[in-house]
Amino acid sequence: MADPLSMPGPVAPGSPVTAVAPGWALVAVAILGALVVAAAMLDGALAARAGGGSRGVARPFGEVARLMRQRRRTTVEADSLLWRIGGAGLLVTAALMVTVVPLGEWTIFDLDVGVMWFNAMDVMVWALVWLTGCGAISAHSLVGGYRFLAHGLGYELPLMFALVAPAIAAESLNVGRVAAAQDGLWFAVWMPVAFLVYLLGVAAFSVWGPFAPAIGTDVAGGARAELSGVDRLVFEAGRYALLAAGAAFAIPMFLGGGAGPLLPAWAWVLVKTVVLLAVLVWLRRRLPAFRPDKFMEVGWMVLLPAVLLQDLVVAVIAVWRS
Amino acid sequence: MIADIAFWGIGLVAVLGGAAVFYVDSMARATYALALSFVAVGLQVLFLQQNYVGVVTILMMVMEMAIMAVYMVMFMGMNPALMPMSMVHGNKTAVGAAVATFLVLAAGILTVDWPARRGTPPADVTVALGESLMGPKMLVMAVISPVMVATIVAGVVLAAHRTRYDRFGDDLKQRPAEDPQPGGVGR
Repeated sequence: MADPLSMPGPVAPGSPVTAVAPGWALVAVAILGALVVAAAMLDGALAARAGGGSRGVARPFGEVARLMRQRRRTTVEADSLLWRIGGAGLLVTAALMVTVVPLGEWTIFDLDVGVMWFNAMDVMVWALVWLTGCGAISAHSLVGGYRFLAHGLGYELPLMFALVAPAIAAESLNVGRVAAAQDGLWFAVWMPVAFLVYLLGVAAFSVWGPFAPAIGTDVAGGARAELSGVDRLVFEAGRYALLAAGAAFAIPMFLGGGAGPLLPAWAWVLVKTVVLLAVLVWLRRRLPAFRPDKFMEVGWMVLLPAVLLQDLVVAVIAVWRS
Repeated sequence: MIADIAFWGIGLVAVLGGAAVFYVDSMARATYALALSFVAVGLQVLFLQQNYVGVVTILMMVMEMAIMAVYMVMFMGMNPALMPMSMVHGNKTAVGAAVATFLVLAAGILTVDWPARRGTPPADVTVALGESLMGPKMLVMAVISPVMVATIVAGVVLAAHRTRYDRFGDDLKQRPAEDPQPGGVGR
């Protein structure tokens, strides 16, 4: 008879972070929710400033109230199962991403391949945005879904190789070890190309800023064209949550994790996350849109070689140091 | 015990997801039923303590199914994402082949004299798997990789109906290239 199975878990013990009880996942989700609200408030303020309006900070709350009261609209032949999975999945994916991000010395899921886990979750967004676009069985909405995939073909490989650089330098795929390996010198400092490409990837899988043509007004709202009421609210919250999760994951990967003076490690992680998230929100109105039909060549001809060179430099330094 | 139940439960999801591919009447549902099946397999691999292999399986398969959605539009006449369509054809042959394959494989599983475990599993089974797969054959792998890439590139070059003369003109001096779909870096 075969040996009994054991539950999946970290293979190599001795990690620099402590895994907390699963119940703490609620706290992680609460922090993620607070970041979503903060990001939406900042975006509301920036939108009000750009549009000349006032009281922009309160705009997300008004929008939530409006969408909660709005009647749910559907299309004639909608494939509701796929549509709902797509729309609600973004929030779930973002929550699954933050499970491997250590808050100082604690983490929920101390997976030995945490970096790959994050990568698998961001690939999940490909499926979810396309399903949101396709599920409504509506032409504009499907065009939006395909626009996202066109962007995906361009950004995903550079993003993957950007995640490779910190893992090579830390000689580990465990997020806690990657954070601990940045003793004194943050990875963002000596692998800037990987860091920038990573941030571009975060904007991309959040359908944010330059990667917003998938939900652009020129295709009547694209993937979210037919979403209304609470479905739209969940989809929008999911985008902000992905942006927040991407910012949170950048902290252990590139910005030294909880390292910093005076404050405890967990506080530094939160401070850095909020600052990076604010930068990402601000960039939304500062960058032109990347056309989906043209971005792939940029991704493969510019970003991918650049980030591969970065990996080579990091690998040479890692070999030379050891 | 809990792990056993979870493992078998996920296995059931994998099998049912695979069966759903042929049962549903929409290309989108079939594609993502297959993705669900593969995600379940990836989760099962996590139970074998092959964390890296399991997570990579999930990553690659979800990505592959998303790419399949692109091919749906490229190579199918109508838009199969929006239209209901049957996911099966050649039923009798397919069912016959499937049943025969199942019987052969099941008979193999039941009749093979499975070896008993010698020794204990190593601490990191992923490393052990990688070494036993690649270790003595690294040279072969290193040679095969560029050959495979060259084959893919050659295949695409032979299949593409436009050549560099179409792009750059007869004397290859036309800049920028004349493309039906211009790229993003202005080549």
